[in-house]
Amino acid sequence: MTAAAVTTRRPAWRPGALAWRLVRGLAHRLLPLAVLIAAWEVATRVAESPFFPPPSDIVPRMRDMWFAGPASHLFFSGGARDSMAPSLARMTVALVLSAVVGIVLGLALGRSERALAYLEPVLQFARVIPPPTLVPVFVALMHLGTQMQITSIVFGAVWPILLNTADGARSVDATQMQTAEAFRLSGPQRIRYLIIPSALPKIFAGLRLALSLSLILMVFSELLPGTADGLGFELTNAQSQSDMLTIWAVIVLLGVLGYLFNTILLAVERRVLSWHRGARKANS
Amino acid sequence: MERPQTEKAKEMLQITGLTHSYADGHRAIDGLDLTVPDGQLLSIVGPSGCGKSTLLRCIAGLLRPTSGTLTLNGAPINGVPDDLAVVFQDYSRSLFPWLTVRDNVALPLRRRGMSRKERRAAAQEALASVGLPDAGRKYPWQLSGGMQQRVSIARALAYRPSLLLMDEPFGSVDAQTREDLEDLVLQVHRTQKITILLVTHDIDESVYVGDRVVVLNRSPARVHADLPVGLPSGRDQIETRGLPQFVQLRAEVGRLVRGGAKVPGAAPASGGRG
Repeated sequence: MTAAAVTTRRPAWRPGALAWRLVRGLAHRLLPLAVLIAAWEVATRVAESPFFPPPSDIVPRMRDMWFAGPASHLFFSGGARDSMAPSLARMTVALVLSAVVGIVLGLALGRSERALAYLEPVLQFARVIPPPTLVPVFVALMHLGTQMQITSIVFGAVWPILLNTADGARSVDATQMQTAEAFRLSGPQRIRYLIIPSALPKIFAGLRLALSLSLILMVFSELLPGTADGLGFELTNAQSQSDMLTIWAVIVLLGVLGYLFNTILLAVERRVLSWHRGARKANS
Repeated sequence: MERPQTEKAKEMLQITGLTHSYADGHRAIDGLDLTVPDGQLLSIVGPSGCGKSTLLRCIAGLLRPTSGTLTLNGAPINGVPDDLAVVFQDYSRSLFPWLTVRDNVALPLRRRGMSRKERRAAAQEALASVGLPDAGRKYPWQLSGGMQQRVSIARALAYRPSLLLMDEPFGSVDAQTREDLEDLVLQVHRTQKITILLVTHDIDESVYVGDRVVVLNRSPARVHADLPVGLPSGRDQIETRGLPQFVQLRAEVGRLVRGGAKVPGAAPASGGRG
């Protein structure tokens, strides 16, 4: 976390020094990645295995598949529209649904001892069921396709959000709670100005877990019957044709997407929870 | 509503036979009687763990008494009264770290049906009255302990309570800051004309700040002694504390807190050598 440490320290910044720090921070982060890719390139070139194409072949394939479009479409091609877009849409919808359901239920459970006592065993039971094993149940209950795909993602991704939110909502500071009581904040005001903010660090921890889970489950859900598009579908398709280059292209793309989403979420978290870091530092 | 006791000094708070036992059977308060007239600054002092905070929480409506009655402005206290504000000892946990100082002060005013603009103006005014006119945009944790406690006081003042409860408010700040905050309480009391109940375990503080000092028994709490403080009202940290009256009264309160009996007729000016 060198970059975070660099940006939060605050001596008088000269623009030159700031730029130098940024460059240095980026270099520290990118260097291991560059070394890894170089080693990968060399190893695959030496091995010449048809199962392990070198990165210098994978990247052009990725460009051909998804990024050969016109500049007006930000270089996204028709391939991106047919595979990336549906996948990302499913993942986004499912993640938003998981967040809404997880946070609302989590707050309710965290604030009601009775609800928690009743539901905790059920939740722990439901949580440990791997979503793939439920597919036959979902198939019986729902239409094949989008509805079932989203359900499968939500069923896996909702748990870390729900349980973390409940945990955060339960551990609201007693003095803060008494303050809210002494100043007669109404129920909704307490939720909005006290309970949600104090649970927010935990909620974000849950969201980060849910994000990586939903990426995994997104691919998985597209391997289910009734799928005609998406990255997972492209993967199965390539597999059936032993098209190793496409398989690798999808794998690398998934890695890049995961990294990208996580970076975005971290940036949002850093912004929303800036008070949390500040307060923690001030108290230590 | 008729107000029968207009001739007498109006009674702000009346406590009769207050008893509070916790669920584990520990009796914190046992048959306490106390009357506080409107506009008084009352210090409540007692040995640590004597039930001072329990008493304060009962008055604030945060704890339900086991028996006895409390009335505020003639109305019985069931739940948190509307015109009462509390300053807690633990300022760092009583202020919300995710809100700016101004939003912390303005938050309780949402209950008052004020517009956003009015709330902000009231918060700004309260912050100015505690000597922090420029801190509104900062976060509480960016301020020193003493300043954070000033923010808590501002939050209570903006709420415009008729009764202000302070629970060992200066227990965790350094000596210099403590004196400044004591003077702030005196100034607030003088300018805003509100009734203040200050719970403390600091004997000097109870005498220096109070119009009247109530000493509580060791647990379970009951009123052990009730002394008027006859000190001149323009108090000064150096001068007032040097007055013979102050020294005598402090000694008297100190003896009472340690469990001594009240010397009959021991008025502030006469006696108290124990």
